[in-house]
This record gives sequence, C-alpha cells and structure tokens, in this order.
Amino acid sequence: MKLAVKDVLGLEYMTPQDIELILNTAKDMKKIVTGRMKRVNYLQGRTVITLFYENSTRTRVSFELAAKYMGAHAVNVSVGVSSVAKGETLIDTGRTLEAMGADIIVIRHSQAGAPNLLAKNIKASVVNAGDGMHEHPTQALLDMYTMREYFGTLKGLKVAIIGDIYHSRVARSNIFGLTKMGASVKLYAPSTLVPPGIEKLGAKLCSSIEEAVDGCDVVMSLRIQMERQKKALFPSANEYTRFFGLNPERIVNLNDNIILMHPGPVNRGIEMTSNLIDGKNSMINQQVTNGVAVRMALLYLLTGGQSQ
Amino acid sequence: MSILIKNVNIVNSTGVESSVDIYIENSIIKDIKKNLDIEVQKIIDARGLYVLPGLVDAHCHLRDPGYEYKEDISTGSRSAAKGGFTSIACMPNTDPVADNPAVVTYIIEKAKKEALVNVYPIGAITKGQKGEELAEMGSMKEAGIVAVSDDGRPVMKSSVMKKALIYAGQFNLPVISHCEDLDLAEEGSMNEGFMSTKLGLRGIPAAAESVMVARDVLLSEYTGIPVHIAHVSTKSSVEIIRNAKKNGVKVTCETCPHYFTLTEEACEGYDTNAKMNPPLRTQEDVEAIIEGLKDGTIDIIATDHAPHHFDEKNVEFDNAPNGIVGFETALSLSYTALVETKVITLPQLVEKLSTGPARILNLKKGVIDVNEDADLILVDFDTEYTIDVSEFASRGKNSPFDGFKVKGKNMMTIVGGKIVYVADD
Repeated sequence: MKLAVKDVLGLEYMTPQDIELILNTAKDMKKIVTGRMKRVNYLQGRTVITLFYENSTRTRVSFELAAKYMGAHAVNVSVGVSSVAKGETLIDTGRTLEAMGADIIVIRHSQAGAPNLLAKNIKASVVNAGDGMHEHPTQALLDMYTMREYFGTLKGLKVAIIGDIYHSRVARSNIFGLTKMGASVKLYAPSTLVPPGIEKLGAKLCSSIEEAVDGCDVVMSLRIQMERQKKALFPSANEYTRFFGLNPERIVNLNDNIILMHPGPVNRGIEMTSNLIDGKNSMINQQVTNGVAVRMALLYLLTGGQSQ
Repeated sequence: MSILIKNVNIVNSTGVESSVDIYIENSIIKDIKKNLDIEVQKIIDARGLYVLPGLVDAHCHLRDPGYEYKEDISTGSRSAAKGGFTSIACMPNTDPVADNPAVVTYIIEKAKKEALVNVYPIGAITKGQKGEELAEMGSMKEAGIVAVSDDGRPVMKSSVMKKALIYAGQFNLPVISHCEDLDLAEEGSMNEGFMSTKLGLRGIPAAAESVMVARDVLLSEYTGIPVHIAHVSTKSSVEIIRNAKKNGVKVTCETCPHYFTLTEEACEGYDTNAKMNPPLRTQEDVEAIIEGLKDGTIDIIATDHAPHHFDEKNVEFDNAPNGIVGFETALSLSYTALVETKVITLPQLVEKLSTGPARILNLKKGVIDVNEDADLILVDFDTEYTIDVSEFASRGKNSPFDGFKVKGKNMMTIVGGKIVYVADD
C-alpha cells in the first residue's frame, strides 16, 4: 500500500483512489488513537519534522502525536527559534532538515505554494499542513473521514460550508476533496469574502443561509479571522452573527441527522452559538480525534505502508 | 566601414521592397537600389532574409547602477542586440534612482563605453520615485533622458501627476505611466480571478489598472499634454484608451508580448517566471489586447525586459520579484502571435516594434531610407526554432517562454553601420 504521490500538497492533486486509501487506513489508526496502548512501530526509525512558519496548536500537536504514536522521531521546528529568523530561504531550510535525515517534512506556511516549492527542491516527502489561502489537505481529509464515519459514505452527501471562504484553505481543500468523492458542496458567505470564480471549482454559491443549509447532511462553519478585520471585510462581529452565524433557529427545520462541523478554533457565539457547539449534532471533538488518525494514515502510507 | 547587403527584402512601416541592395558607409545608409555595384569592405548576401529597421524598445530595465548581479548595461545591450533591438530606453528604477542628472550621465557614459546598442535613459517623474516631489526633469533632459516615468511605482497622487504632465510637457518629455491603483491592488501577486482563487494567492483586480488609465487619460485631456500608458494588460484599459483616442485625447500606449500570448493560467504550479506586474490576465483580456493592436488602439509593443537572478525567483510566489526578460523573445513572439496569424502585417509589426516607439520617444530611428542611421536587423521569418533560455545573452533567464516554438529569428544586428551581432547558425 502506497500513495501514488511523493508529497501531499493538496487534494486538488490527489486521486479519489488515494483519498479512499487514506480514509480506509485511518479507520484502523483510529483504534490506536482511541485505545489504551497508543503505540505501534509502523514508523520506527523514521523521522518526521514539523516545520511551522505560522502559529498552530492543534495541527502541529496532531501531526506530532500521529508520528509519535507510530514510533517515529518527531521534531518540531518553529519560526521564532530557527535560522529562518536569520534570513535562510525555505529551500535551504528544507535541504538542511533533509540532510539531517528527515523522511517527511510537514510544513505550515503563511504563503500559498510554499509546500509546492519545497517539494520541488527536496527528495523527502512534503506534507502540507496549511499554506496561505491555498489548501489544508489533512483538515479536509479528517473532515471527510468524520462525515464518512457518520454517514457510511461520502457519495451523494450534501455539505454546506458557511463563512469566510475567501481566506479559507479549509474550504478549498474540502471543495476539491468532497467533489472528487461524489459529495456536493454549497457555499454561503458575506459577498466580500467570496473569492472570484469559486463556483468553477465545482461548488454552488447560495444567496441565503437558508438556501445553503436546506436539505444538507453536513453544515460546516468556518472561522472568522478576526485578525483580518482591519480590512473591514464585514461591518462587525455582531452583524456577522445576525446574517451568517449558525444558531438553533437556523437548523431547527433541518434533518435531525444533520451534523455540524468546524475546523476550529471556534469563536463562540459568533460563527456558532455555544449550545450548537456543545450539542448533540456537533462533531467538533470527533474531528480532532479523527485528525490524529487521518494523519497517522497519511504518514504511514507516505513511508511505504509496511505493517510490522 | 562600408557594407553592402545584397538581395534583401526591406520592411518599413510603410511597406515592403523586395530584392534590393543596401549600401552602408560609416554609420549612414547611403543608397538603396537593385543591383548596386560598389566596392565595399564587407558584402552580405541576405537572400531569403528580411531587413527591418533596428527595433526600438520604449520600456526595459538594465539594472545598472545597483543591481548588476541581475543585469548590467553591457549584458543588457548584448541581450538587446541578440533580440534585434538597436535602441533601448531604460527605466529609472536603479539604485540610486535615475532621478538626477548624475545618474543619467553615469548610464550614458557607461553605455558609450560598453553598450552594443543605443541606450536612452528614462528619468524618474518624482524624486526617489516616491510620488511626492517632481524630479529635475529639465536637467535630466540636458543630460540625455528621452522620457520620464516612475515605472513600477505609480504616481498615486493625482495632483502630482497633473503637475508632472504640465512640467514634462514644457520640456517636450513624454510621460510614461505605469497605471496601477495600489490601494486596489492591495498585496496581490497575480491577477484576481479563478486562478488566484484556486492557487490561494491574493489577486490584483483588472480595475486596479484601468482605474488609473482612466485617471491619466482624463488628466491628459484636462492638461492637453500627451501621456503614454505603459504595458496595457486589460480589456477595460484598451476600451478606455480606444474611446479617449476617438475623442482626440493625446494618449498613446504599449503592451508587451506576454499580454497577448499568455494568460493567468501560466501561474499554475506557482511558476514565478509567470509573475509580473501588471499580472497575466484572462483569455478575454488577451483577445482585447490583440484587437487593440489590430485596430491601432495599442500603438506599440515594448519588452518590459526585467531580468532577475535565479535565486530571487526560486522562492515562494509571494516573495518573488515581478518581471520577465524580454529582449530575446519579443520579435519572434510578436511575429508568431500576430503576423503568422494575420492579425497585423509585417509593416505593421515594424510600426509596433520600431517606427512607433521611435516616434513616441522622439528618436530619429525606425526607418530604412537613404541618409538614415544604419541601424538594421536581418531576420529569418521562415525557420521555426525553439526558445532556449540557457542561450540568452541576458544575465536573466527568467522567462515563461522556454521551450516555445516560434518563427522570426534575428540573424544579424547592425548598429550605426557596425555589425554587433551575428547568429551562430
């Protein structure tokens, strides 16, 4: 078992077969994550380095645990304490880490395409842990895993994604991945946060939140990036919540089986009310658990997928 | 030195003259006739080739002084000569900025010593290209500039642009405007559209260009002073300029080969050799540029030759500098995209690449005739060849056209009666 690609740069570049393989493998990995003995030797002797140019807690810890649960050497490099601060280029940093024996470099970067650049210039596998507004493939894989686990299949699922589509790599990866796997995607956002041509990626842009969630199996809410508010992309958090936030009234008429998702971290009360976040339809905590399982599957398959 | 070019087809912007001989003595064309029989030092049999007036580039970057690791006056002029350009006007965004007569004099003196082609500096509109205070345009004109421009740093303040037009007009200096509303462009690094959405890169909307084109057209109309719009890339800019010309506004404009041969899709894979400013646009824009070239709305083709070091381009897309090299691809790309496809004729190509830019810059160039300067190129329009960036004479190899199959190869360049370039094969 092996992926068709050396690197995981985005779901745009991944075949449905590889997505299927990762999701199937993650099922076994989840048993390890949720079991008492979180230790297998699938990656024994391998080295996984997380190279983070952007702050992150959950994604970095998730990758680190995924590597460690499988017995790999896992090392974190974050910008503040590395030679990046001394002006070293991304390629040179990558080659240095490779020269020290990295088998897989997991990179998060504020600029779109940085993982592509790194992958082109080193032999080690590169995994994109989020690049600018481009892609966040492992987030979409864990989202798809969560949906598939709940509904049994992705084919025919109707997914609504609500929020800041413009800045969201999560939205882009989910659109690429879900449409490849036969699900359909509807979008709704403040019009200032809709990137041009987004429908050409295969999603349908809706004109009201009611239209977006109508008939849906999954409603995914995206984080409002408050740090971007200085650009005045919407008038206020209050107005955002009124027109774009999820609250019980907005989903009361929907299928009881609907699930609510959010990539986190959540701005409570803005994107979603607390009673939805903590309610029975919320999958937010399962998403986090599944994230470790999916990342284990990915690292395992990238290193050749030999079970010991 | 005396040269006799035999059996050649002369292409001027006014038409083609077949199978004639050209007699050059010293730096001047002395005679053009069929079957000239004159004792000369060198005879060139140019059967099957076309002779064009040496190309004139109204917009290039020679990076000298300050960025000689990208290009210098010597290597830039070699690249120009190889591409068929015999006169080139270089932008002032050097370090220090060419905003004073001393830097202008440095460029002119260095070009006299090292350049293979005629080099004409363009001075800055404002001190330090900062868009605030007018630069010493009069003194720079005395030192030898042929135009003023703040190049890639558009004059954002409309009041400064208005004064610049009026003041430059007094010295009969063309004003070349890079039109980009920086406020609208924000931090974009490619065209805003489907591709920027897909790649997750910040986009520069087409309107960032056309908004300022409209402003400059209106300022030109108001002041009565001509303005030249640099590197037009959008459909709406073409439409604004077309209307302005119809209304008698003294506006001229240029585009570059990449704006009628490539679209934003060239940025796929984060190819930094497809990153330039203005950015590559959409197919609809490409078609509008071609239509503008055809109907004369777009007066000329410039290269915007912008060499960069490999290391500078081998970085994250957002961090890569804008620009591509252009001297050695402009002629063949223009011929292949415009003449082979019958959008324009060969004489019209000469108008766009030589006679037109010479007229806009007030240079006595761009014409093959008796008593004109002997700035000529010999071109093979029949043989297809493959663009290979590793063969460029320029220090910069940053071109998205590597591997393109084209026609229109410059075989020989003569500047002031001297042969400065001969193709290997």
